Amino acid sequence: MATVVIPALLRKFTHGKDRISASGRNVGQLIDDLERQFPGLREHLIEDGEVKPSIAISIDGEMGTAGVLEPVRESSEVFILPAIGGG
Amino acid sequence: MVKKVIVEAMINGDPVELLCEPRQSLLEVLRDELDMTGSKEGCLTGDCGACTVVVDGRAVCSCLMLGVEAAGTTITTIEGLANGANLHVLQQKFLEHASLQCGICTPGFLMSAKALLDHNPKPTEPEIRYALAGNLCRCTGYDKIVKAVIDAAKTLSDGAGTVRGRVPRQTASGSTADMLAKGEEVK
Amino acid sequence: MAATTNGNGYKVIGTRPIRHDGVDKVTGRAKYGADYSFPGMLFGKVLRSPHAHALIKSIKTDKAAALPGVKAIMTSADLPELADKMEAAGEQAINLAHLSANILARGKVLYDGHPVAVVAATSVHIAEEALRLIEVEYEALPPVMSVEDAMKPGAAILLPTLRNKEEGADKPTNVASHLQFKRGDVAAGFKEADFIVEREFKTAMVHQGYIEPHNAVGIYSADGHATIYCSTQGTFVVRSLCSAVLGIPEGKIKVVPAEIGGGFGGKTTVYLEPLSVLLSRQTGAPVKLVMTRGEILRATGPTSGSTIRCKMGATNDGKLVAAECWLAYEAGAYPGSPVGAGAMTIVTPYNIPNILIDAYDVVVNRPKTAAYRAPGATNAAMASETVVDELAEKCGIDPIEFRRMNGSHEGTPQTVGPPFKAVGFLETLEAIKNSPHYKSKLTGPNRGRGVASGFWFNVGLQSSATVNIHTDGTVSVVTGSVDIGGTRAAQAMIVAEVLGVDVNDVRPVVADTDSIGYTDVTAGSRTAFATGWAVYDAAQDTLRQLKERVAKTWEKKPEEVAFENGRFVPASGNGVKPMTLKELAPRLARTGGPIIGRAAVNARGVGPSFVTTLIDVEVDPDTGKVKILRVTVAQDVGKAIHPSYVEGQMHGGTAQGIGWALNEEYFYDDKGILRNTGLLDYRMPTCLDLPEMETIMVEVPTPGHPLGIRGVGEVPIVPPPAAIANAIYRATGVRMLELPMSPPRLMKAMLKKRASGDSQAAAAD
Repeated sequence: MATVVIPALLRKFTHGKDRISASGRNVGQLIDDLERQFPGLREHLIEDGEVKPSIAISIDGEMGTAGVLEPVRESSEVFILPAIGGG
Repeated sequence: MVKKVIVEAMINGDPVELLCEPRQSLLEVLRDELDMTGSKEGCLTGDCGACTVVVDGRAVCSCLMLGVEAAGTTITTIEGLANGANLHVLQQKFLEHASLQCGICTPGFLMSAKALLDHNPKPTEPEIRYALAGNLCRCTGYDKIVKAVIDAAKTLSDGAGTVRGRVPRQTASGSTADMLAKGEEVK
Repeated sequence: MAATTNGNGYKVIGTRPIRHDGVDKVTGRAKYGADYSFPGMLFGKVLRSPHAHALIKSIKTDKAAALPGVKAIMTSADLPELADKMEAAGEQAINLAHLSANILARGKVLYDGHPVAVVAATSVHIAEEALRLIEVEYEALPPVMSVEDAMKPGAAILLPTLRNKEEGADKPTNVASHLQFKRGDVAAGFKEADFIVEREFKTAMVHQGYIEPHNAVGIYSADGHATIYCSTQGTFVVRSLCSAVLGIPEGKIKVVPAEIGGGFGGKTTVYLEPLSVLLSRQTGAPVKLVMTRGEILRATGPTSGSTIRCKMGATNDGKLVAAECWLAYEAGAYPGSPVGAGAMTIVTPYNIPNILIDAYDVVVNRPKTAAYRAPGATNAAMASETVVDELAEKCGIDPIEFRRMNGSHEGTPQTVGPPFKAVGFLETLEAIKNSPHYKSKLTGPNRGRGVASGFWFNVGLQSSATVNIHTDGTVSVVTGSVDIGGTRAAQAMIVAEVLGVDVNDVRPVVADTDSIGYTDVTAGSRTAFATGWAVYDAAQDTLRQLKERVAKTWEKKPEEVAFENGRFVPASGNGVKPMTLKELAPRLARTGGPIIGRAAVNARGVGPSFVTTLIDVEVDPDTGKVKILRVTVAQDVGKAIHPSYVEGQMHGGTAQGIGWALNEEYFYDDKGILRNTGLLDYRMPTCLDLPEMETIMVEVPTPGHPLGIRGVGEVPIVPPPAAIANAIYRATGVRMLELPMSPPRLMKAMLKKRASGDSQAAAAD
């Protein structure tokens, strides 16, 4: 099971818990599993079937580039972060 | 239609006859009437120096001068700094010292530096910084620009004159002090 | 601990060749966007709002249209209405309705200078005259100019449809979003602290200050294709944003990159480009638009002013135990400040177990903010790095040692986010400690020395590259990365290194959007990292193909061919004369035809950057003027491909940070009108304001990158305001809490301190 670190303001959906175990072979499946455990979470993360443009997902220390198809491993640590731009 | 005026001037060593409206600045005339786009527009209020040209020996913001005021003057622009295919020492030193990043301020700096060295061939660093204070650069922090002018002044006063030759292929590393200490020259 | 040049077995990487575009730039021959001219070209000018906040009741253009020489007048009525939602575009998410309204106002103007209409005429002077003849009726509304005013209950609302999640669907608001970052328990953490410092900071809105104004020449052709020549940091972003704003398919727009005179993030969006095509489509002629400096300052994205509260606690042995921060950033007229990045960088240099950070993106009647070099981080560092300085002092620990004790390194968790991979923060602290500057004594009255550190993520994103082998054995490398600071030289150097050729035999080309694959902006410190990666892979692809050709001429298999010291040699044994690329090149035709190497990346494993900056100042006690005496910048640069241009980034970012610290700010009057619309009063550093700057390049390679490259462009702007504030404290005893620390503000603070004899922080109003 991968560990997903939930953004502070979404922890109201997870009863205050910041680290949630979830299963899935990719980010999309992981978020589906999170939705099953905590209904209402997905609409803050997914729009039109893809990760929201304002959100970035980090898997094991690397920013994902494949959106919902980004592979997730058994023991991955996944962070949900705001997307950051440079200048 | 505004009536245009005929203006005669010497530009980069050639007599030029041009037509311009009285309301056009010298910068506009150079860029839009003569297609000499080397002088750049940055502020139109004489604060950034990107439009610097040399008029009768003085560095001038061409945005602050009218085209009609150029009548009878001798003007050097960036396009006239090199001697044909031979770069001026200042131009070579800017390349060697990597004194440009985006390059938009470079023509203005080169013209201000030329005017300085023509009047004061052995300026101190504070004198160089003072003379160039009217040219803004946002990319380099001026460090490598000042080093290039110091180096150019030394090369010129060592009797190199207008150095003929090709663009140097490689530059030495490190600061000017390092270069001078090692007696390095550019190959 | 210092770095670089000619090391690690590289022949080209780490040397300092003359840049390939250098001669054109020192002779004035290089073509920037405003230098382009076409037959029959018209000139465009934008009519801008004289109000900070107003409804547009009507626009009458008939008088202007009647002026001889005027060929077209357009407003937002001529642009398609776009959806009011976030879409991915370029590096970030964008609300296209807001973007379009920022280009030509729709129904409402939200800042002094907001575009209302645009004119094309046969000369720029006629276009300007036409603007005066356009009649716009406005209904003025109260301007909201600060985050405090915008967040007050009952504040005038800028965007009637703006909502945030917390206040709900029924509550109009000026707060576009609230982010929160939380780890551990700050209340418990502060209980453990022996020393707590809590301060509130204000930073003024500042501009990137690129010397070259925005420009665009749009050419709309009868076959429905448009070409745009412009100075931009991202040709593909211009294409996609113009496509959306104009309703023209992306495939019918070609963007040609002119040379660019500075960007720093401010040229990663569009203002004039869609207008140039709009006018060209209407008139059938090429149309050029160039901004004046006043337009740049009034109406292009500066970066946010901000209010930041920062509270940090440490135990008396110097261990940081808790940090609580509150940040509110000005987004300008439309949402999208970099407050998120501010929140995610503010304490990231330190390993702190208990963190709570709240961040607010707030709209105000100022221009819509745009990216500026490590957007959001400099504001935040002003707060945190001065609080850290105060805490170190209370603990009786040297400020560099304090940072080292708490400093992030490989394995340290980020503020919110995964643990760091290999990074060089501690190395930068060590480099400063060992520097001649640090070891020198600073003597004399009114002088002080300050240090601060900075962090920036850097980004990866997409880049494409192709490498062509020419019949004479020279090479060209084509990328889509606009060159603002010397990156095309770095691309050529990487190819020269891989193919074993002289760097002057490699010609770097920056191509238009039809001639190279998709490439993200030259921004985010990504160009050497990601485009360099693509170039490296393309060069390796080329090498692989070259080996195949050599194998053919030797009648061997490709695996029997090796490449050593710039020559193709048999992998084992002898019997065949080694061959150089120059010798192989004429034989390409007969061995299969031309060779093109190619690669594309969506770069992963980005290495973030750390920097530590040491600054000595002297404060004039009678005027409050701060003189910068000495500067040393130590930065983790990964692997410096061309050290001169890496040093250049360190110099330039530091210079901008110094301007941000001491003089730069936007002055708005009580009607919300910008009063300093020129470079005399928007005061940026001149060469008389800065000393020579010493740089120390520390190299901790980015793991996973073939050359270990780390982004270098942005992070140096982050520490200078805090470093200078810390130096001013040591020079005067005054802790400044507001940027800029301009002479009037510093003077007021010093006088207050002298009057009260009090060493408490003095914040100017």
